[in-house]
Amino acid sequence: MTEKVGVYVCHCGSNIAGTVDVEDVAHWAAEKLGHQGVIIAREYKFMCSSLGQELIEKDIKELGLTRVVVAACSPHLHEKTFRIAAKNAGLNPYLVELASIREQVSWVHSDKVVATAKAKAVVSGAVSRAIQNAPLEELKVPINSNTLVVGGGIAGIQSALEIANAGFHVYLVEREPSIGGHMAQFDKTFPTLDCSACILTPRMVEAGTHPNITLLTWSEVTNVAGYVGNFHVTIKKKARFINEELCTGCGICQEKCPKKVIDDVYEAGLGYRKAVYTPFAQAVPNFPVMDKDNCTYFEKGTCKACEKFCPTGAIDFNQQDELLHIDVGNIVLATGYDLFDARRVSNYGYGRLPNVFTSLEFERLSNAAGPTNGNIVLRDGKTAPKSVGIIHCVGSRDRNFNNYCSVICCMQGLKFAHLVHERTGATVYNFYIDMRTAYKAYDEFYQRVLEEGTLFVRGKVAEVTDAARYSNEKGKLIIQTEDTLAGKQRRIPVDMVILSSGLQPRHDAKEVGKLFGISCSMDGWFTEKHPKLDPVATMTEGIYIVGCAQGPKDIPSSVAQGAAASARVLDKILQKEVALEPIKATVNKEMCSGCRICNGLCPFNAIGFLADDNVSEINPALCQGCGTCVAACPAGAISGTGFSNEQIIAQIDGLLMRNLEPA
Amino acid sequence: MTVNGSKPKFAMYWAASCGGCEIAVLNTHEKILDVDANFDVVFWPVAMDAKYKDVEAMEDGSILLTLFNGGIRNDENEHLAKLLRRKSQIMVSFGSCACEGCIPGLANLSPVGDIVHAAYNTITTDNPNEIYPRISYDVPEGELHIPKLAKVLRPLDLVVDVDCYMPGCPPESHQIAAVIDLVIKVVKGEAELPPKGSVIGAGDSTVCDECPRARNVKSIKEFKRIQDIAPVDPDLCLLEQGIPCNGPATRSGCNARCPAVGAQCIGCYGPAEGVMDYGARLITAFSSVIDANTTEEIDRILDGIPDPTGQVYRFNLAGSLLKANRDAWKVK
Repeated sequence: MTEKVGVYVCHCGSNIAGTVDVEDVAHWAAEKLGHQGVIIAREYKFMCSSLGQELIEKDIKELGLTRVVVAACSPHLHEKTFRIAAKNAGLNPYLVELASIREQVSWVHSDKVVATAKAKAVVSGAVSRAIQNAPLEELKVPINSNTLVVGGGIAGIQSALEIANAGFHVYLVEREPSIGGHMAQFDKTFPTLDCSACILTPRMVEAGTHPNITLLTWSEVTNVAGYVGNFHVTIKKKARFINEELCTGCGICQEKCPKKVIDDVYEAGLGYRKAVYTPFAQAVPNFPVMDKDNCTYFEKGTCKACEKFCPTGAIDFNQQDELLHIDVGNIVLATGYDLFDARRVSNYGYGRLPNVFTSLEFERLSNAAGPTNGNIVLRDGKTAPKSVGIIHCVGSRDRNFNNYCSVICCMQGLKFAHLVHERTGATVYNFYIDMRTAYKAYDEFYQRVLEEGTLFVRGKVAEVTDAARYSNEKGKLIIQTEDTLAGKQRRIPVDMVILSSGLQPRHDAKEVGKLFGISCSMDGWFTEKHPKLDPVATMTEGIYIVGCAQGPKDIPSSVAQGAAASARVLDKILQKEVALEPIKATVNKEMCSGCRICNGLCPFNAIGFLADDNVSEINPALCQGCGTCVAACPAGAISGTGFSNEQIIAQIDGLLMRNLEPA
Repeated sequence: MTVNGSKPKFAMYWAASCGGCEIAVLNTHEKILDVDANFDVVFWPVAMDAKYKDVEAMEDGSILLTLFNGGIRNDENEHLAKLLRRKSQIMVSFGSCACEGCIPGLANLSPVGDIVHAAYNTITTDNPNEIYPRISYDVPEGELHIPKLAKVLRPLDLVVDVDCYMPGCPPESHQIAAVIDLVIKVVKGEAELPPKGSVIGAGDSTVCDECPRARNVKSIKEFKRIQDIAPVDPDLCLLEQGIPCNGPATRSGCNARCPAVGAQCIGCYGPAEGVMDYGARLITAFSSVIDANTTEEIDRILDGIPDPTGQVYRFNLAGSLLKANRDAWKVK
């Protein structure tokens, strides 16, 4: 046996040692895997500590170890730690193999005997595999200093501004006509009651005019290729039918357009816009967009009122969608959320009972720039409500819909209560399950709303109905609820009901995740690299997630994440180059028959076909080692460095204990 | 090579196989005369009369070359495999059955009881009294025996040590002729036998390498049986036309006989050099080039292969990495 293997079994405090007999595993490895080359097997409280690492470094130097197997946590956590330790001691880092006996053993078993036996098998597999490992060298490639930010809500704007202010270029892509996101629709922000537009629009303008930001609204990313430092992105710039060079944003086209359309997006269906429109007065950019599906000219072939009146001749009915190709080094996804569709809770009557409103509708009602100029009125557009019921947790914390808490709805409900009070003097009821007002100055706001006289009923609302039972219920909406504090059922008649709807992942989050090569949680939010220690990074290097795309959160948290991701991006940019994992696929030209099955599969476009030689070829600079082609090659002609058949079969043999000292 | 002045001895035997391998040897036409000229054919049940006891009487290692075809299905097959191994210097696993189980190996999907039941209750079999063969039967002349079926069919190398493998169902005659030439040269000391465990009489890459059809980037929206496509494009890769062709994973050596004339490769030359599990390779390859966005679409496309096991393991089931040669059946 030519390799000298060291095996290091970590207790991880009691994380592993509580369920696995680590001493036994170490002794067993030394005894039963000795003929494989294991010359030392140790156990230690925390292998990842500096003392633990020193232990390994010392053995590499003094015992001349040529392979190191660390039986500890998942490679996601500490593979890098131990590879660096090996490197420090002069051993090629890729000769270190991690055996996950925490995530895959101690955390998923309770029987110590079984867990210990399994830990031995995992260690045995890792030893057999490590022997097959080959030294590998990292490939360094330069990092493109441009960044793509997808989504122009507050999180995306913040992220773009931070990077742009640091002196690097940002492409900010937004699929709506204007940046601003949901925040642009709100009237006030909790808990300080700042005017949402007043604090948002300066940021929007800054992003729109920043010399380092290329703003691409009414645009969508259609393709992403490449890898950290070198992404190639295709963006579809949808036709606005407006020449942006010529348009001054004067608004005459909107004024003259004869076609009124219900605005489902910005006005949440409560107001109208024209067929050529900017969604709101402070839109950035202020070029309008032509809604082709509703434009009279596109429908009937005549009208062109906008063209006739446009003073600069900026209307262009022949404009086509445009595909832009850009290269960026990092990507920040700030794609936000969709509002939970309150229609799904049919017993609350939204869509059936006119005076049941969603939270977004109420935001528009209460907004001074909204369809009612900020007057809080019933669906008839004129009657002020005398009593209002606000229902919390609509679609959230409900196993029929979403199990999770949408975080913002309690504070949103309290904000609504305050606004109703302030503007109408109506009696306000808040129906809540638990009041969640954690974070700075939030609970104080709750106290304030309590003092204002809002009535709080703790309990889940069963139903909102217009079927009156008593005389005082006639013509009202009746909220049937359990009052868990009073211990009884109550019927409360009100004029208006506001549903504090929860947040949901974007309807297309899965497809967007696939496009950028990141995954979604069971609920559909983008998955962060580590829930606590790496909340804005993802498992795909160079792709970051911020704001509600990662999970429900309020404005301050979204802004903080936007800034955090920028710090991560700047860190990458300032490193100037990135070391690529040397895990690559290669084609054995003798075995390749040029069947071309692999040719269309590479997500990084790394596979080419050499027609003259009738073989396929992989570009090592583009290959990310994902293994798709290795698995697909019917001839077994493609091999993945670090994941060769020899390594995998050796590991399986080890797991099945076929590598033990013959008795 | 022990030759002892006289002509070296040659044997050929069929175990669980169809006999096609023997025909393929005879199909080498006048080349068969070279075998006769250079070898002393001592045992070849299909071509000449010989008794097992004659072989048993031979000295161990006295046969230079044995071409053993057929899988090991019953105790007679196993006995002959072990006997011939003992008597032979070079044991060639000849043809798909011996190498990887071939069509008889597909029976490993069923327990023996089911196999026998199926064989004696076909549509054309009238067996009202459910009469099945017995292993032994007493007649006035004494006790009669027939071979006992094993629970599974095994490729030859799971029963005895094998020196070389010669794939194909059957091996192509031109390849057999080339191997005969090689062995004659080896006997004359003009060439060396390839190292133990080598595949002889076949290529190192896949059928695609020898296939004359044009190949492009693949994107399959539908799998169809070849008879459902009219007309088949004579110049384009069959797989690209939605015909599940096994060529990409199959060892070369046949000159792409089937695809060249418009029939898909069914994989009779077995796994290519780098392929550890033939069926797994093929099904991942097929799956990776289907063009679908939803699971329903994926199901619909894959349903175009009505018998996936028969498609991707037609020849290789008993020899697969999945060890479908293991005794997995609990027989009552």
